[in-house]
Amino acid sequence: MTTVPDSLDRRFRDAAASAGLLDVAYDFADSPIGTLLVAASGRGVCRISFDPEPERELEALARAFGARVLRTPGPVDEARRELEEYFEGARHEFDLPVDLSPLPAFQRSVLEELVRVPYGRVDTYGGLAGRIGRPRAARAVGGALNRNPVPIVVPCHRIVGASGSLVGYAGGLERKRALLGLEGAILAG
Amino acid sequence: MMQAVAAIPPFERFYEERKDEILGYLARLLGREAAEDAFQETFLRALRAYGKLEHGRHLRAWVFTIATRVAVDERRRATPVAEAQDVPVHDERPVYAELEHLAGELPPTERAAVVLRYGYDLSYDDIGAALGSNAEAARAAASSGVRRLRRKEAS
Repeated sequence: MTTVPDSLDRRFRDAAASAGLLDVAYDFADSPIGTLLVAASGRGVCRISFDPEPERELEALARAFGARVLRTPGPVDEARRELEEYFEGARHEFDLPVDLSPLPAFQRSVLEELVRVPYGRVDTYGGLAGRIGRPRAARAVGGALNRNPVPIVVPCHRIVGASGSLVGYAGGLERKRALLGLEGAILAG
Repeated sequence: MMQAVAAIPPFERFYEERKDEILGYLARLLGREAAEDAFQETFLRALRAYGKLEHGRHLRAWVFTIATRVAVDERRRATPVAEAQDVPVHDERPVYAELEHLAGELPPTERAAVVLRYGYDLSYDDIGAALGSNAEAARAAASSGVRRLRRKEAS
């Protein structure tokens, strides 16, 4: 049985990315809060996943962006570098373009506003709802954050309950606490 | 009731499932060194067409088709050879198993037909599609290839 050597495999993956033939490129990145799957479309980073289950992630990416999904490091190198700098405390803002294009308009407006909450600060669900002109929509804002496809870069960890409690996080409260701790945010309780 | 159309898998999964088999096939047709370039060309062509697929059925035969065309183009460029003649047909699997080591000396169309039929068990319909002809022509090419192998062995 023939096995494709790593060098040939890598050569094909690089060629596919260089030729601009991919809907989505992805790779994995180590971080202090576990292995992350990082994916980018032609427009920007479109997925960061904690505890990635690749089968499910790839299916979801293919549905949202197109079936030409391939693991190839080049197109996500920049994202991995910025994440690394963030985890070292050396980066407070991401310069990466983010692709939220498949999301419903409401969720997109929540996430676009969320990016304005600065490093090391927190806001509340109600506060964010107010900032997008939907002061009564705190619960819907919570739902939009829970399905944030690009956590960390789109900082849903900076949104907490009205009392300052962490409330919830799709990646688990431990990770939310770790990210806020890294940023030096001061929390109640 | 809705019948699920065979979904198109993410390319990563398709590629991982097929890459070893396709490299093996190309190596049988072209030799290991030339197979590596043909491998890359095959999957780049597959990737170009992948976004236009309407369903995920027959993906294995589909990628063999692409690989065959890449290999035949490659071989035609390298060594022009005479086309196969039509001949009658039987199941020649046992002969192929014994004579596979000689397959490198066949003309490209016969060689692809023989290897796809007896090495990878593709149907003559699929092989015909791979060769840009039809099932009858594929059957004839495979059969002619096997007869040529026998002659080579005898000589």
